[in-house]
Amino acid sequence: MKNLITSKRRDVLKTMAGLAAGVLFPKFLTAEQESVKPMDWADESINYNPHEHTWGMGVDIDKCIGCGRCSNACKIENDVPKEPFFFRTWVERYQVKENGETIIDCPNGAIDGFEKHPESEDVLRSFFVPKLCNHCEKPPCVQVCPVGATFQSADGVVLVDAEYCLGCRYCIQACPYGARFLHPVTKTAEKCTFCYHRIVRGEEPACVEACPTEARIFGELDQKASPLHRFKRMNHIGVLKPALNTEPKVFYAHLDMEVK
Amino acid sequence: MIMEEIVQHLTPLLDEVTGYIFPNEIELHWGLLVVIYPYLTGLVAGAFILASLVKVFNVKELQPTYRLSLLTALAFIIIAPLPLLAHLGHPEKSFEIFLTPNVNSAMAMFGFVYAWYLMAVLLLELWFDFRKDLILMANESRGIKKWFYKTLSLFSKDISDKAVAFDHKAVRVITIIGIPSAFLLHGYVGFLFGSIKANPWWSSVLIPIVFLFSAIVSGVALVILLYMIITPLRNKIVDMICLDKLASYLFYIMIVDFSLEILDFIHRVYESEESIKILASLVQNRLFSSLVIMQVLIGMIIPLFTIAGVKTFKVPADLRKLLYFISAILVQVGIFSTRWNVVIGGQLFSKSFMGLTTYKMTFFGLEGLLVSIALLIMPFIILWMLIKILKPWRAEDAAVAAHSASQ
Repeated sequence: MKNLITSKRRDVLKTMAGLAAGVLFPKFLTAEQESVKPMDWADESINYNPHEHTWGMGVDIDKCIGCGRCSNACKIENDVPKEPFFFRTWVERYQVKENGETIIDCPNGAIDGFEKHPESEDVLRSFFVPKLCNHCEKPPCVQVCPVGATFQSADGVVLVDAEYCLGCRYCIQACPYGARFLHPVTKTAEKCTFCYHRIVRGEEPACVEACPTEARIFGELDQKASPLHRFKRMNHIGVLKPALNTEPKVFYAHLDMEVK
Repeated sequence: MIMEEIVQHLTPLLDEVTGYIFPNEIELHWGLLVVIYPYLTGLVAGAFILASLVKVFNVKELQPTYRLSLLTALAFIIIAPLPLLAHLGHPEKSFEIFLTPNVNSAMAMFGFVYAWYLMAVLLLELWFDFRKDLILMANESRGIKKWFYKTLSLFSKDISDKAVAFDHKAVRVITIIGIPSAFLLHGYVGFLFGSIKANPWWSSVLIPIVFLFSAIVSGVALVILLYMIITPLRNKIVDMICLDKLASYLFYIMIVDFSLEILDFIHRVYESEESIKILASLVQNRLFSSLVIMQVLIGMIIPLFTIAGVKTFKVPADLRKLLYFISAILVQVGIFSTRWNVVIGGQLFSKSFMGLTTYKMTFFGLEGLLVSIALLIMPFIILWMLIKILKPWRAEDAAVAAHSASQ
């Protein structure tokens, strides 16, 4: 009986302390609540454990036909502003001329594909390169974010918590790949999430699904049965700007030295 | 509505692009406000270093500008964070930088560096330096004014020789701590840029040091200007020994600053890394007028030669004053251009190293020219108020009055 009373009293004290803390430090209380609550985009029935995955993407440059279906699908799927200044993914066209000069273009992120370039004469070789966030193993954007709004999830995906983002744009400056932009309406940093809302449900990112030539391969990096693992085994692989030591997790097959 | 404005602002820029830039790079993210921020903190650090010459290195000739330098530093540091705050997409969340800082982020340290400098260095030094005056002013005033000065003196009363001697000692100790702190304040701002490996224009270990010396240059030049404007307004005569000394310090620090900038330039050209082509194109096309003309020629070479000329030839006092004044203005133009060339220049080339873009300044709006001009004027208004309240030349004026009365 005595024990019961003390434990009850202890509970009351705990509640009071909690309330006082809530009044004094409301942020800490809400932060604690948020951590238990499932994230907004994941519905509670989804059983996804980020610790069990390591996601990456393979891009086969030889397979890309520059149709831009990926850019388009991404904009629709992720509600990216349609204006030609905001892209989570885009496709670049490279035309290396006989004289060594390279013409690069990417009209409207290649959403409408490409037309013949006025200067494309004496072309030695030409190819398309889809670009997106590289979900670096050592992401400079995560390093510089002053409040930790940009973070690396346990599955290696680099995400932005819009509720925390101040819109200081330091991450945009720090990204060597131009993969980030400031959403013109929410005024927070935006980028490719590998369609996180889809991959937690076992689906593929929209760009991968939309690609008619299977130039983009999405999957697990650490599992031998994964198509991405096979892709890395069967091809000569390169990453963008390797000298910066960001360790990208988007791997390109048949990457040309012209691509920056 | 917001979207329409942005589209209207960005669409014409598409035609200005030369070569290839990534599609997300058309919008330039750090504009005029972010140029003003390092300019202001540079003036703070520079003015403080100048003040410290008097207290730590015993440069007696500069005594007339000691309090002016300290108050200038305070006036400018109060405004310094405002441009940063105004450029945030969500200024209302800025306090998160204190509550949940990312310890790996250089920017997260901003609040702590700033608070340390403002609270532990500037305010404390000013309080010890003005304590006796505040008590005397409280004794001489009545009513609300009395209480105002009493509050400012934090209700201290002791003006015995022993207490005043302690004040002097405290000021000296704080200044000694203050010098590395001022270096930290502005060197840190340089580090914010210098540590971005994605950007070859910024990523340089020299940037924090160049920032620091250019800060001292701008701070000394500002105090020269203020001293030359305020002294006649107080019906006093400019102390030429002090002014010559200020100009000398300006000259020598400019030589160090210029040498560092040249070293940076030579180093880049000599190493000639992957980015050299696009950076050369940047300097020749987009930054020619602001870098070669404004920063180097007008802001550095002309004032350097002017002051060197004054030092070499016997120049009469009035002409000397004029030349110093003009040089100090040119130096301000030059240092502002330096900040511009770093901040804006670093965003005018694509990280693909294949193309250049442009920056279109707006006039209205939070990030426009109007707000920026207001932010540059505000420190002077604050300085005027500080001078009105703290009466930095009170003792000096009283001594002069007593002297003339006795005659």
